[in-house]
Amino acid sequence: MSALPRATELGLIACTVCGLVCRNVPGDPQLDGDGVDDAMACPRCGSTLRRRKADSYMRTWALLIAAFIMYIPANVLPIMRTASLNDIDDNTIISGVVELWVKGAPNLAIIVFTASIVVPMLKFLALGTLLVSSQLGSGWARVQRAKLYRLVELIGYWSMLDVFVVALLTALVRFSVLSLVEPLPGVIFFGLTVVLTMLASMSFDPRLIWDGKDTDD
Amino acid sequence: MGMGSPEALLICEHCDTVYRRQLLSRGDVACCTRCGAELERHHRLGANTLLALALTALIVFVQANMWPIVTLGLSGQFSSTTLWGMIIAMWQEQAKVVSVLVAATLFFFPLMKMTMLGWLLWFARAGRRAPGFVPLMVILHRLGPWTMSEVFVLGALVAIVKAHTYFDVMPDSGIYAYAALTLLITIFAGVDLRQLWDDVPEHSA
Repeated sequence: MSALPRATELGLIACTVCGLVCRNVPGDPQLDGDGVDDAMACPRCGSTLRRRKADSYMRTWALLIAAFIMYIPANVLPIMRTASLNDIDDNTIISGVVELWVKGAPNLAIIVFTASIVVPMLKFLALGTLLVSSQLGSGWARVQRAKLYRLVELIGYWSMLDVFVVALLTALVRFSVLSLVEPLPGVIFFGLTVVLTMLASMSFDPRLIWDGKDTDD
Repeated sequence: MGMGSPEALLICEHCDTVYRRQLLSRGDVACCTRCGAELERHHRLGANTLLALALTALIVFVQANMWPIVTLGLSGQFSSTTLWGMIIAMWQEQAKVVSVLVAATLFFFPLMKMTMLGWLLWFARAGRRAPGFVPLMVILHRLGPWTMSEVFVLGALVAIVKAHTYFDVMPDSGIYAYAALTLLITIFAGVDLRQLWDDVPEHSA
């Protein structure tokens, strides 16, 4: 046993909902917390106790791939139409960023670019890397990978920014024929991308990073 | 080696390392030495302070939702909207998915979070567990990252700048209420609500 014992080695399980430390019941197929047919409930909050999140790899991959599929139409299709007397203008996520940059708000352009492009891409790359390296049981840069996961968790929901911009402009700009803003399908795909990436990072179990065969203590 | 009772132990959520719980003094944060994640922090704010903040947040939230956020002007015409104006507009414009997302993350979830927190803290002040303590604590945990008022404030700023090139923009009181709400949310972000499990023991229900 290493200097820093892990819960599995000591036969303990932490409840992911309330944090209570519970004892495993090894040998009992219903209560050994091995993730198969578990029915062991946390005595304090009643949530199911699992040593690791259920089907973490499979669920995270599925949600991440679904999010990526949604991300393509979210970027290709326009998210918003601005119509005025003499022209109709369809905006994509990128063209919205460019517009902000050109119209003299480069700092906001950077914020929107970060929230709408960098954060989703970072999530795809980061979660993809975490999944592959953990599935290989790699001991490579574990502390950094753990930090990367916490970063993804922290910034994930800021991507919703563009969805709120479109919703607010749609409700505001309603000057009948003079000027009108309408949401276009891209924004729906983008909203779904954000929700799916959030679900993906929630279903990934960061403890899997440390579950590889080799130890680095 | 004796392990003591499981209550004296702490398990890092991010890497499963087991620690003996340390008594934290004011301002202390316990971090996992293996993965660096935060294990536990000493909370400076008592139940009374937290309750006051939760009630303030609730009042500001009602204002943020009732008052118009911003008004646009174009050749003598004016147009303004509230949060619910946004939700209804998205529903009517064939973006029902977005409408539901906005309603959930900016209205229903934050409202649930604040009222549930207020309810739990009201009883915690007296050292008691509120009726429905266990299910409410579980729901509070699950709401986690799904409340997005602070993201909306930034979104409103971006929308105002975008609209500014075509319209006269006049910020309304709603946006100030949202700004105040964001400050309060930032304070709550540093509070680990799980500590309520230990603060109000079961037998006092």
